[in-house]
Amino acid sequence: MTAVPMINYFAYLFDGANWQWAEQGSIPHLLLQHIAYTLVTVAISALIALPIGLLIGHTNRGAFLAINIGNAGRSLPTFGLLSLIVTLVGIGTLPVLIVLVVLAIPPILAATYAGIRSVDRSAVDAAIGMGMRPPQVVFRVEVPMALPLIISGLRSATLQVCATATVAAYVGLGGLGRLLIDGLSVNEYDRVFAGAVLVALLAILLDLLGAAVERAVVSPGVRSPRERRTRTTSKSRTRPVPTAGVSS
Amino acid sequence: MIEYAVQNRSTILEALVQHIWLSLLPVVFGAVLALPIGYLAVRYRWLYQPVVNTGGVLYSIPSLALFVVLPAILGTGVLSPLNVVVALTIYTMALLTRTVADALTSVQGEATRAAYALGYRPLRQLVGVELPMALPVMLAGLRVATVANISLVSVGALVGVGGLGALFTRGLQLDFIEPILIGIILSVLLAAVCDLGIVLVQRWLTPWARLEAR
Amino acid sequence: MITFDEVTKAFPGGTVAVDNLSLELPTGQITVFVGPSGCGKTTSLRMINRTIEPTSGRILLDGEDIAKQDAALLRRKMGYVIQHAGLFPHRTVADNIATVPLLNGVNKKQARERATELLTRVGLDESMAGRYPAQLSGGQQQRVGVARALAADPPVMLMDEPFSAVDPIVRDGLQKEFLRLQAELGKTIAFVTHDIDEAIKLGDIVAIFRVGGRLAQIGPPEELLEDPADEFVADFVGRDRGFRGLSFLTADDVDVQPVSVAVDGDPRLVLDGDGRPRGWADGSDRVRPIAGTFTPSDSLRLVTDLAISSPAGLAVRVDDHGVADGVVAHEAVARHLTSLRRADEPARTRAGR
Repeated sequence: MTAVPMINYFAYLFDGANWQWAEQGSIPHLLLQHIAYTLVTVAISALIALPIGLLIGHTNRGAFLAINIGNAGRSLPTFGLLSLIVTLVGIGTLPVLIVLVVLAIPPILAATYAGIRSVDRSAVDAAIGMGMRPPQVVFRVEVPMALPLIISGLRSATLQVCATATVAAYVGLGGLGRLLIDGLSVNEYDRVFAGAVLVALLAILLDLLGAAVERAVVSPGVRSPRERRTRTTSKSRTRPVPTAGVSS
Repeated sequence: MIEYAVQNRSTILEALVQHIWLSLLPVVFGAVLALPIGYLAVRYRWLYQPVVNTGGVLYSIPSLALFVVLPAILGTGVLSPLNVVVALTIYTMALLTRTVADALTSVQGEATRAAYALGYRPLRQLVGVELPMALPVMLAGLRVATVANISLVSVGALVGVGGLGALFTRGLQLDFIEPILIGIILSVLLAAVCDLGIVLVQRWLTPWARLEAR
Repeated sequence: MITFDEVTKAFPGGTVAVDNLSLELPTGQITVFVGPSGCGKTTSLRMINRTIEPTSGRILLDGEDIAKQDAALLRRKMGYVIQHAGLFPHRTVADNIATVPLLNGVNKKQARERATELLTRVGLDESMAGRYPAQLSGGQQQRVGVARALAADPPVMLMDEPFSAVDPIVRDGLQKEFLRLQAELGKTIAFVTHDIDEAIKLGDIVAIFRVGGRLAQIGPPEELLEDPADEFVADFVGRDRGFRGLSFLTADDVDVQPVSVAVDGDPRLVLDGDGRPRGWADGSDRVRPIAGTFTPSDSLRLVTDLAISSPAGLAVRVDDHGVADGVVAHEAVARHLTSLRRADEPARTRAGR
């Protein structure tokens, strides 16, 4: 295939006709579908994975489960699972969304568990010793301290769902993936390009939103040391000496 | 299912072999590129944030999108395997650069200051002291990148270059479940083997880690 | 008063951490649990607030069996201070301190006000209220930990090696502040440490534990110094028991000579215009600065040290204005100790340490 001049790729993206709101299959319509699928899926996965992760993390029973589900989840081929469910159950939005939910559980579960385990034990000891009851210890102490890791799990799940939903267009799901898949099948590469650009931008936007949520929700006292370092005055931190540029 | 596997073993084998080099090449390229960039991001503090941010942005991009946009940028055909390899290399780099940078930062401390005081030159110290200490963290990142790549290669089937993903598309087209199951099983096995392989390499390369008291 | 009634703690796997412990922690006093690693002192402490439950035996708080009370509510009545403070990093210093009052339902504004009040009480500046624990030094974090334990004004305080994780100078300061606070507040305190010097310094009653969770000796610190129950206690208490025991005797009964003896002696005592001692002068022009002075309420240990470190062998006593009003020779100290030993009922009073 000969390379097509760059400018043609943008044709679909900049064609006003494709941006009509009322149209089924128009860009805004697909965009909203994609956003909806992503957010709803992550919300449902979170609803399942967060409590389980909190429980396993707090009691430390079933740690084996949390860690291995996390690893196993990563090794499952997402496209394979989508094909499987559709072959078993037939084309439909619900089966596909169920697969998306199932795939989003491992990262959230693993990150939540890791977050709670990373909490400084002496703070938990102090909380219990002061007279907090177990739910209070979990929600007033462990969760706020585990929040950075928990949120990073949610963010990574969101990106994963956004990407897998794109692929799921191949098995009939709506959303921006449609532009990619339909475009590929009829060799309209400007359509494909439009889909790719839009979904990439959406993913980046969702991730930035996640970062903003993290800034808003995580206590300044718990931020990663790197961030805090730029804020605190106090003790001078020596730069890592070997990489500070020594002329020898 | 065994019947299907036996009957179609050449196709399956071909798919598996393609899958292996499509997923492992990017890991190697990505890792090799990530090391110097990660090092620079630590050596020059101001580079860290931009590098991490760029990596974050690149990693956010859905794989399929990257597979189809790269041809335009690289000038290759849409159906060329190069797209998949380059795309996965980009992902691996995006992931591992941060891992390398964070790992190198985390090993700075008494041992490195001692090395400096003993008279190590920067490069020798990097290779002889810091990298070995940073290995566990970096290898953990490598495991994640490898397993992720193995899963992503299948998506390449949508642009005709999918390794085991070809089994999925075939299963969908013919409405057969066997190729799909075989594809999933092989993909998971491949991921498990590679993961174990890296763990063994880690054990071999870091014998001191096993000797910790308690 | 806290009572241990034949309390035993055996962990699954066979380790007996506490073995048939019976003792009393008197109300309003500091009882120190001290001993080597593995002696069960921390386990015993944690059984008081039920963060560990005894295998057998009971613990009574003012006569009531604590096992029969709601654990969480019981703990809110006890201040709990641990090594490394265990502050909540996600909360400001003020919110950390206000934790228990807020748990008890006190309204936020009041709780925060009390928190600020306590900050100054433990010797920190009010401006720290809005900071986060990560921004504080180790010593400051410990003080916040103590403030947090005091917030609900609990009658009991449990302290597990609270000053061990800071450097000796900071620790000394914290110990002095702690004694000052206790003099104001009079709480019933159970204090765990592995440092016998800290135990002697802070404890009204000291309980020495042996490995295996048994009590070796319990009593006021001077008793442990003077009369160790066995070789283990004697060893643990350490050398120079005798000298350290001098901390518990006052200087008010020792023979005092007039200041003129020092001023006319050689080396001679140099006073400034107001009569305050400056130092000792020998034949040359050099004046060696005086090591210190004492008042009648100071300990005999201080007097002995001053007498020994003075080039003339004389400790200088001063009045409330710092004016020298007498000197004590180290021979006088020795004579005083002899007379004390000969007396039937040696009068022992607690001196300032």
